[in-house]
Amino acid sequence: MRYAMAMDTKKCVGCSDCVVACQTENNVPHGYCRDWIVENVDGTYPNLELELRSERCNHCDDTPCVRTCPTGASHIIEGGIVKVTHVECIGCGACIQACPYDARYFHPDGYVDKCTFCDHRVAKGQETACVAVCPTKCLYFGDLEDYNSPVSKVLRERKWKVNAPEAGTKPQVYFLI
Amino acid sequence: MKEELFVSGRDIPFIDPVLHIWHWQIPLYLFVGGLAAGLIFFASYFYLSGKEKEYPIAVQVAPFLAPIVIVLGLIALLLDLRHPAFFWQLYTTIRLDSPMSWGAWTLGVVMPLSVLWPLTYIYEIRAYFDGKIKLAVNIIDWIIKLKNRYWVLEWVFDFSVKNRKAIAIINLVLSIVLGVYTGILLSAFNARPLWNTSLLGPLFLVSGLSTGAATIMWMAKDHHEKITFSRIDLLLIAIELFFIVHLFMGFLASTAVQQEAAALFLGGEFTAVFWGFFVMGGLVFPAILEILELIGYKIPISIPAFFILFGGALFRFIMVEAGQITRYLY
Amino acid sequence: MKKTSRRDFIKISALGAGGLALANPVLNWVPGFLPKEKTPVDESKAKRFPTFCEVCFWKCAGFTYLNEEGKIQKIIGNENDPHSNGRFCPRGTGGVGMYYDNDRLKYPLKRVVENGKSTFKQVSWDEALDFIAQKMSQIKKDHGPESMALLYHASSGSYFKHLLNAYGSKNYAKPSYAQCLGPREAGFVATYGSGVSSPEPTDVKNTKCLVLIGNHVGENMHNGYIQEVSDAIDRGASIITVDPRFSTVASKSKFWLPIKPATDLALLLAWIHVIIYEELYDKKYVEQYTFGFDQLKAHVKNNTPEWAYTKTDIRPEDIRNSAYEMAKAAPAVIIHPGRHTTWYGDDTQRSRGIAILNALLGSYGRKGGWYFPETKKVPSYPAPAYPHPHWTWKDITKPTYKGAGTGISNDLIKATLPSATHEHKIKGWLIVGTNLLTTIPDKELTLKAIQNLELMVVVDTMPMEITGYADIVLPECTYLERYDDIRSSQHRYPNIALRMPAAEPRWESKPGWWMARELGLRLGLEDYFKWKDVEEELDWKFKQMGTSLAEMQKIGVKMFDKEKDLYLQEGEERFFNTDSGKIELYSLDFEAKGYDPMPVYTEHKQPDPDFYRLIYGRAPMHTFGRTVNNPNLTDLMDVNSLWVNPKVAKIWGIEAGQEIWLKNQDGVISSFPIKVRVTERIRHDSVYMIHGFGKMDKRLKSYGKGIDDSELITNVKIDPIMGGTGMRENFVTFVLKNPHNEEVKA
Repeated sequence: MRYAMAMDTKKCVGCSDCVVACQTENNVPHGYCRDWIVENVDGTYPNLELELRSERCNHCDDTPCVRTCPTGASHIIEGGIVKVTHVECIGCGACIQACPYDARYFHPDGYVDKCTFCDHRVAKGQETACVAVCPTKCLYFGDLEDYNSPVSKVLRERKWKVNAPEAGTKPQVYFLI
Repeated sequence: MKEELFVSGRDIPFIDPVLHIWHWQIPLYLFVGGLAAGLIFFASYFYLSGKEKEYPIAVQVAPFLAPIVIVLGLIALLLDLRHPAFFWQLYTTIRLDSPMSWGAWTLGVVMPLSVLWPLTYIYEIRAYFDGKIKLAVNIIDWIIKLKNRYWVLEWVFDFSVKNRKAIAIINLVLSIVLGVYTGILLSAFNARPLWNTSLLGPLFLVSGLSTGAATIMWMAKDHHEKITFSRIDLLLIAIELFFIVHLFMGFLASTAVQQEAAALFLGGEFTAVFWGFFVMGGLVFPAILEILELIGYKIPISIPAFFILFGGALFRFIMVEAGQITRYLY
Repeated sequence: MKKTSRRDFIKISALGAGGLALANPVLNWVPGFLPKEKTPVDESKAKRFPTFCEVCFWKCAGFTYLNEEGKIQKIIGNENDPHSNGRFCPRGTGGVGMYYDNDRLKYPLKRVVENGKSTFKQVSWDEALDFIAQKMSQIKKDHGPESMALLYHASSGSYFKHLLNAYGSKNYAKPSYAQCLGPREAGFVATYGSGVSSPEPTDVKNTKCLVLIGNHVGENMHNGYIQEVSDAIDRGASIITVDPRFSTVASKSKFWLPIKPATDLALLLAWIHVIIYEELYDKKYVEQYTFGFDQLKAHVKNNTPEWAYTKTDIRPEDIRNSAYEMAKAAPAVIIHPGRHTTWYGDDTQRSRGIAILNALLGSYGRKGGWYFPETKKVPSYPAPAYPHPHWTWKDITKPTYKGAGTGISNDLIKATLPSATHEHKIKGWLIVGTNLLTTIPDKELTLKAIQNLELMVVVDTMPMEITGYADIVLPECTYLERYDDIRSSQHRYPNIALRMPAAEPRWESKPGWWMARELGLRLGLEDYFKWKDVEEELDWKFKQMGTSLAEMQKIGVKMFDKEKDLYLQEGEERFFNTDSGKIELYSLDFEAKGYDPMPVYTEHKQPDPDFYRLIYGRAPMHTFGRTVNNPNLTDLMDVNSLWVNPKVAKIWGIEAGQEIWLKNQDGVISSFPIKVRVTERIRHDSVYMIHGFGKMDKRLKSYGKGIDDSELITNVKIDPIMGGTGMRENFVTFVLKNPHNEEVKA
């Protein structure tokens, strides 16, 4: 099993529903976020291009965050989901420094927090909160090892890219272009 | 025109707009780690090479500082933790991949050994302070009293004196591990392009040794010991300068993100503080003073020693600050 | 009674600052000695209550979920709801923040004078309601019940409307008409005999070509609409976007036509010209269903793409190619009517242009074009017939704006002024869930009218600029804490939805239906409120429709069978509710009323040197000014910025992120500064900002964040047909140094 997410930059309107849905689903405190929206504009009026991306932890194949964690609080579960056990986290910040995507943050309670690919929902066969809410249906989630999963299908059919591949972490959030 | 912005979400404390999760604690911790490594290294090295009498301060006296600064470092580290009530989790597991885990365990072992060493020279240390610092003498007397009262301590003391050589061998190895670790801690973070270089480990080791040497030089009474450590320092400074030049040559020949990282020091916001205060003030200036002294000018040794220590600390603050600014995205 | 001195602005939250201490993150920080991780809600076990959203007018239906502590946790869309299809938009998802906002109105407040200063006093509900009832009775006695007006937007407006009808007045208006979608309604009524209404019956789901004129779908988060647009993108439908700004949807369009602002009608006429003269129109459809084709053909003879180029800056080949694109897709093409259409004062005519173009392409009543929506009729709870008022808003508005379809808020406001020339005077306002001072342009006029009122009641959940001027403020509980009238909206299938409370009202806030009923009882209108509580009233209505409150509490949304066809059948005879019974390309009604029967392009003012057209719009995470204090939504966006083209920024020496002030053509300077976003996404002759920020009340978290565009909109172009207030002919220049400091020094 290898969970992954694909995000269609051609459909996303940057509405940020994924951000707020994650907040209300996962009790993310105000002022923090586990996912976010980036806008890129390129060109000169009127020859312009705009790209919107909904970004989050890439649940990488190669995980510097897990590697640098001194206590094992950061760990990988079934399907390659990277998680943090709050009561094992000492809040040293090593994993935050290790993440090229800046996808982790200190929860106000001290431990490090991040996107969990909504493993509590996925385990029950639901989609992640962000995927389930997205009004443009620009987010796809599923098992890469399952030929027929939505994410496998869309990655076969479309061109894609990943963020900062040169960081060498083999990220598992794909951006359809 | 290219434009990149966060539409929403990202305005997280300590992460945005630039990463700033490590403040003064970590650089201080790295500085005292390097300093302790230097002190222990020289003590062990000159003891093992049989030059205890020739360099009494280095071998017998100065190492008493090591456990003190290590404790300071550990306090700093603890203050840095955001979830400190769970710090004991560090010692529930050994994670070979994690420099933080390495550091925790290294310090865990270095700490008791660094106490044992000066304990075996407690009378020499007392003699050093006698008539100079009353408080230090009182504390030492109190320790001696404790030792005499409790047989366990007495036994530890005797055991350590008898096994000085073994302790020195272990300490020599651990001091190098500690010194390199302070650099590796940063260079393990590939995500921060400035730190992503294997030169950082040796550079931090050399810098740590140099601060240790400067401390010994400062404390030394004997001219011969002063001059020797002054020469050692000069050599270390030369190596440091060599590494620094190579560090930047490496960055400029590397990826875009590392070129951007180097740009922080080559015209960017850290240019003045790095080249002016660290390289000139913390390396070149004390080196010149030491050269002047070596060729016969009368210069109080405390001045170059102070600048080297200052430079060593500043270097770590700069590297931690600047490193956090450098990133792959956004 | 001296009114001019007493009705100055009172800052409401000065009275209820209790919530402030909690907002401090330092005090909230608790070291994590014990694990106290909150676990996410298990949807299969959690308690949930149906609702429909009140954060915007789209009114998506969903469920409010409670967490293990029994508190409101999240709101998730109802999969059977055609408005949301189970997916809420960010505002709906963040609706929980409305409930949790500690800046809310908490207690009934009454304006009193203490030490010569107006202030609000917390009073009991009885005192507040008795006061209103007594004043309303007095107004009825002195001026007649018609002098009482209702200005509303919130869902609970429905019960207040019932109250006002029973009391004897039909003077109610929603700012969403004359300040927003009125022109398109009037334009479509004139063409097709019926308006567009909401949600727009555009068959985006099946379209092949969607044409958007200034419509920034995706930034306006009309949920069902954007969902269908996204599906259309997936299907490879082409989008044509006309906008001086590189809007989000422009970036997803096959054609983006970066038009010179205020020249849209020229483009529309040129498109009509191309479609007619290159014989691309649907001949059979035009022949069977439309009236006035020959007049139209003659009318647009000279409106060539070359002519339009000189007006719009859009190259003739782009005009032609985009017209061909539409024709290729016809009849599965939609020239979208837009929603906020009060721009330049000739907006009904522009909407006419849109309606006509749709008709020529045969898209109205066709698959992929416009479907015929159906609405489930909701019966009224048995009550006596309403008394017949002696005059209504029509007597005020219709003599001037003959094409107006509903009451016009700003006309009712004008009728409150002593200077009103007609004899129909308004003396009391009941304001329900609308912040008149920012929704109605020309704030000064509204303030003048306020000074002339004998009674001003504001019902709202949040302190707004308008609440500060009220005699009585009634705190309404949020939609998550109340029942409301049944949502019955037009859609492909007739459908109804229930809103029910998921929590007890916080503080002393109360639902609108309760306030309306209590006032009714106090006014001796008990015959109109025979139900004991709203559950009884709703249950009765549901039962008439073949369901029940109990069933609706489980399912939330009920769909009914269709009684009419969704599209025109092949060759079907159809009567349109116009004078000719056909789709009027040439409007007989307009001709009779003295308006242009076919749209005529008129030049609008372009900015003077150093001035830029002020364009405002929506952000997907906010609904105007109503959400900018919502903690969940301010997390997404807490301030607006001013989009400035890089060339303009360079001329002015303005850098990205710099704070500047704005001054409009009438010398009005913004109260607050705004940060500049230097971006290629905006034309050089315009600037752009999100509407709704720059709140004036110091106790709101959102105070002073950004600029409120409405304070710079002082030049209002009134639509002569339906009275809409055109707001896009305002120009601003930059003020780089704090102008308010200088005033203090001087």
